[in-house]
Order: sequence, then C-alpha cells, then structure tokens
Amino acid sequence: MVSGLKEKVGEVLLPGDEFCFEAEDTISLTEQVKPEKVVCGPGLRRSGDRLLVCKSGVLRHKQPNTFWIDSQQRRYVPVKGESVVGIVTAKSGDVFKVDFGGSEQASLSYLAFEGATKRNRPNVQVGDLVFAQFLIANKDMEPELVCIDGSGRANGMGVLAGGGLLFRVSLGLVRRLLAPHSKIESDLKQLFPCELVVGMNGRVWVHSCSVQQTLIIANLLQSCDTMTAAQRRELFRRVQQGVL
Amino acid sequence: MKDTPLSNCERDFLLKAIEEKKRLDGRQTYDYRKLKITFGTDYGCCFVDLGKTRVMAQVSCELVAPKENRPNEGIMFFNIELSPMASPAFEQSRQSELSVKLNRQLERCLRNSKCIDTESLCVASGEKVWQIRTDVHVLNHDGNLMDAASIAAITALRHFRRPDVSIQGDEVTVYSPEERDPIPLSIYHMPITVSFSFFQQGTYLLVDPSEQEERVMDGLLIIAMNKHREICSIQSSGGIMLLKEQVMRCSKIASVKVSEITDLIEKALENDKTARKAGGRCGYAESITQERITALKMDETPVEVTDVKETASDIIQKAEPSPHKVPSLVVPVPGVGQVGQGLKNTWGLEEEDDDDEEEEEEEDTNDNGSAEQEEDLTVMEEEPHKTGESREANVVELSDSEEEEVIILHPETPDRTPKNTGSTSHQKGAAKSKKRQKK
Repeated sequence: MVSGLKEKVGEVLLPGDEFCFEAEDTISLTEQVKPEKVVCGPGLRRSGDRLLVCKSGVLRHKQPNTFWIDSQQRRYVPVKGESVVGIVTAKSGDVFKVDFGGSEQASLSYLAFEGATKRNRPNVQVGDLVFAQFLIANKDMEPELVCIDGSGRANGMGVLAGGGLLFRVSLGLVRRLLAPHSKIESDLKQLFPCELVVGMNGRVWVHSCSVQQTLIIANLLQSCDTMTAAQRRELFRRVQQGVL
Repeated sequence: MKDTPLSNCERDFLLKAIEEKKRLDGRQTYDYRKLKITFGTDYGCCFVDLGKTRVMAQVSCELVAPKENRPNEGIMFFNIELSPMASPAFEQSRQSELSVKLNRQLERCLRNSKCIDTESLCVASGEKVWQIRTDVHVLNHDGNLMDAASIAAITALRHFRRPDVSIQGDEVTVYSPEERDPIPLSIYHMPITVSFSFFQQGTYLLVDPSEQEERVMDGLLIIAMNKHREICSIQSSGGIMLLKEQVMRCSKIASVKVSEITDLIEKALENDKTARKAGGRCGYAESITQERITALKMDETPVEVTDVKETASDIIQKAEPSPHKVPSLVVPVPGVGQVGQGLKNTWGLEEEDDDDEEEEEEEDTNDNGSAEQEEDLTVMEEEPHKTGESREANVVELSDSEEEEVIILHPETPDRTPKNTGSTSHQKGAAKSKKRQKK
C-alpha cells in the first residue's frame, strides 16, 4: 500500500479516492517481515482496511512513511500549540472571549499575558487583535488561548497594537508563509519593509509605514494564494521594477 | 451563528484609508465593483454578480383572483431571501431587520414606481389576473445587497415571459410555450438603485460599499432612478445629516451609474436573446462551467495608483527610520513572520501591485504603445491556454456580460500614471487576451 501511496505523491486527490491495504504479492522468505507503519496526516482517514481521502488537495510525503493532503481550505480547526490571530469579542469576568474563526469562541484569561497579575490587568479592549496560542484545543472542550509561553514570556504574543490591517488568506498559504525558509516571505522581504503577523487560522496582520504599502502587501499576499511559485516570482519582480 | 466581528484595527484602517481616498479593493470613490449579469435556463432567472456579492432572481407567475379594490390590475409580489449560505450572520427562516428593509426598499423601487404595467396582467376583470412573483435569493453577501437585488429583479422581470392566454366566453385557456410564444411583461422603465455610504458624518462618500465598508459607515443613501433621470425612490438611513448639495451630487452620480447599468442590462438581454434564438448554449449550466476551481483563476483586485507620483518623491526625501514599533513583535517566534526591520522603504515609488484597474488596462492597451507594454501583452497571450480552454467555447451572452465593467463617471484623475506599471499578474492573462479578441 505504501508503494501505492508513494506513486500518488504530488498528485491531486479528491475526497472519495481510496487506497487498499493489500498484502504484498511476494513475501521474502529469508528476511524477516516487518510490519509497515504509515502515519496519516490531515485529509487521510482510515476506514477498515482502506485508506480514504477526505479532503481535496495534493498528496505529500515525508520520510519514512508520513502522508498528508496539502489542501487550500479556509476553515480553521484549532490545534493545541498553534498560534492564531484572534479578535476579542467580549470581556466577561476574568476571561476574554476571542473569535479566531473557528466553530466556537476561545477563552483567554487576563492572567495569561506577560507580567499580568490580579492587580495589574492587561489593557485589552473589545475589538482588539491578540496573537495567542492554544493551550486547550479539543473537540469536547472550549478552546483556551494564552499569550505567554511555558516560561511566562510573551515571546511575540500579546495585543497587536498600532494600526495595521487584518486580512484573511487560505490556510495553505499560511503554512507556506510559516514554513522554514519560506520563499514567499523572503521574496516579500526584498520588496517591502513591514511587520507581518501570521496566524495559523488564516488571519494575517500587516503593518507598514503607509496605508498604500499596507494595501499593496495585503493584495500581494491574497493574490499569492492561487499562484504558482513562478507566477509569484514574476509578479514580485514586476512590482519591484515598478517600484524601483 | 455569529458573524465574524470587525476588529478595531480593520475599522481604523478603513477609515484612515478612506480619508486618503483609498479603498481596500483599489476602487475609486465612485467606482462600482465588477458587475456581471447572467441568465438561467428558464425565462425570468437572472444572476447578478457585483464583486463577490451574488444574488439570483427568479420570476414566476400564477393566475389568481385580483384584489377587491383593484379588479383590473395584476399583482406584483417581491421577496428577498437571505439564506445562511450568503453570510453566517443570516439566520434561516427569520425575518431580520435587514431583510425587511431590503424587501421594503425593493417594493418601493419596483412596485411603487409603477414601472410595470399591471393592467396588462389582467385576464378577466375581477376574476383572474396574473400574479407576478419575484424571488430574490442572496447567494453571497459582500456588501451592497440592495443594488445587486434591484438589478437582478428588474433584469429578471425584463427577461421573464408569461404564458399566453385567451378567453372564449367564460373559458380561459393558458397556452404552453410550444403552442404559443410566451409574452414578455410590459415594462415602462427600469428603476435601479444606487447606494452611497457616508463616513465621518458625511465628510466622505463612497459608491457601492463593500461589506467591510458597510460595517464602518455612518449613513447610507439609496437612490432609485431610471434611465430618464427620474428618481423613483430615495431613502437615507443611519441618521446622518445630509446637505442639499450632497443629495444633489449623489443624484447626479446615480444618474450616470444608472445609465451605465441600464446599458449593461440591455446588452446582456440582447446577448441572451441572440443566444437563445441561435439555439446556442445558454443558461445556468453555462455560467457555471467557466468558474472551475481547477482553472486557477482569481479575480484581480485593482489597486489604485493615482497618487503615486506625489508620494514617490516624498518617500525618497523622507526616507528615515520609522517610529519605534511594538518591541515584543521583533522576536521571531514560530508564528511571527517578520519581514524587514520596520524601516521606511528606500526604493522609491510605491507603485501599485499585482493588479491595476481594469479600465486602466483598457487605456493601456489602447494608447500605450511602449515596448514594455507590447512585451507585456505577448506574455499575456500565452497564459490563457491554461484557463482559457473552457472559456473559448463560451456562449456569447456570458462572455460578454462578464466583460462589462462599470466605468467611472467622473474620471477625476485623467493623468493616470502614464507608464505602465507592468505589474499585471499572470492571472489577468485570460481577461486581457479576451479583451483583445474583442477588439
């Protein structure tokens, strides 16, 4: 089956496509037969002795036997430890309610900010943007966000202040942006100096020195969503030429 | 389900951008978004795309007894349906304030303006009249539902054909379309609404507000007007004080917009008619196939470039370190992609980006004969093969109405950046080459 999966790596798969767990045709008598273990990531689901594709996208593979579907979905499902950009929608007692684009709102304790104590409350208003990570994210419980890491440091998280623009891109683009040595990021770096906060929930906050530039960056990133690398490079090159 | 809240930062940015005469999607103050009118397979079925806003109107008819006080007049009925599919904020089967408002406005626009000859809908006086029912379904909500709904409704009414009837004595015969050709409604004029949103207590005015703009606006003025510059209804909401001059200015803008939209509707109807006559492919299915998700096509967002010239030199002179930013954000952690060190840009112009405005494109293709432009076009020519395959075989009506682009009335800045910024994205290829074909 692994070979069947490997053949399809890089191809577009659709929900309903399936792979079967078939026994190997030939079994070596001399070597010991090791059971193969396959790790299925997002978009792949096991059902009996079949492996079903449940998202449309490109099949990806990582050594030794990890497979997942790289999709361009926009709906976000919270995962523990991921950082998101959320909007504070309500203050109730000692928690803030934060909308992060998921099926329900997350709670964010006012103590979960760097340097916050019972006396020293953080200054967060309804409608503010927060960059936070999930402490609890599971399907049976209300998700909980924190703006500190394990050692109590903000580490980049907290309220996003000072203007800027929030816009939404697909989750696929977010992952591409956040990947180590991201090409998009380095391309963008050459174009415009700006502050960019990318949440795994598809929300991107960008801040640069002028409204025009911010708009351009937002539009560039949004159009990157549906472009191939070559198209993107071409586009960025054109922008740069127009600029310089 | 609750709607996504609007953050303070989006609100502030929008207002700031509006003050600088910029809009998120790169339109000018008086620009409409891209308007596209397509028709379904049936008569009286019309889809209108206004940017990402999409509405569908379906007209149907029925023989009913007339109202007691008007025995000779047919009955017009309008209904706007806000389905949860259009926006998570809409709830199923509940009359929200918005839907009541839209319904009322549509009725005022179409029924009270007496644009349809209701007496011609009478079959037998006091006994049988036609009831014409217009259902408008909102398929996607991205602002300015009213304009989209009114365009869809009036176009669907124009497109609609009712069955022919004959009366012999007491007997009323309704003929099927095969027996006798169905009859169009008699429509005197076409009222179309144009929405104006006001910001900062009426200081700034925008035409065709998008959803985000609708959320931050202070007031809304809706003018329904026909091609003959007759105002059919006018409504101001939001509780702002408008000056007489403002209303006059809005009505002037509305008259230009309305005449453009009317022309577009006429053209779309004409195209549909020829397509149907020729027996070609038309209808809903045809309008769908070209929007394949595999086509890698995205509508371009135009970004305005008008004031680039001034700002360019400004920036060169004032290239200095930007004010101190939030220090906590400088630390790159997983999830923070910081680009640059927050310095002011030093590369000069802040030209536009991926996409400039459609009309500018047109200008470019027309009058800009620079070598770069030529090269640009040749590059573009090759592109559409990827996406264009399916589009080649398009019905006339579709391709044409899609092309339509509302052109601004007052070209305020005739001195658009003359040099082509050459930033056209690849995705634009298809549209552009089509345009050329047309010429």
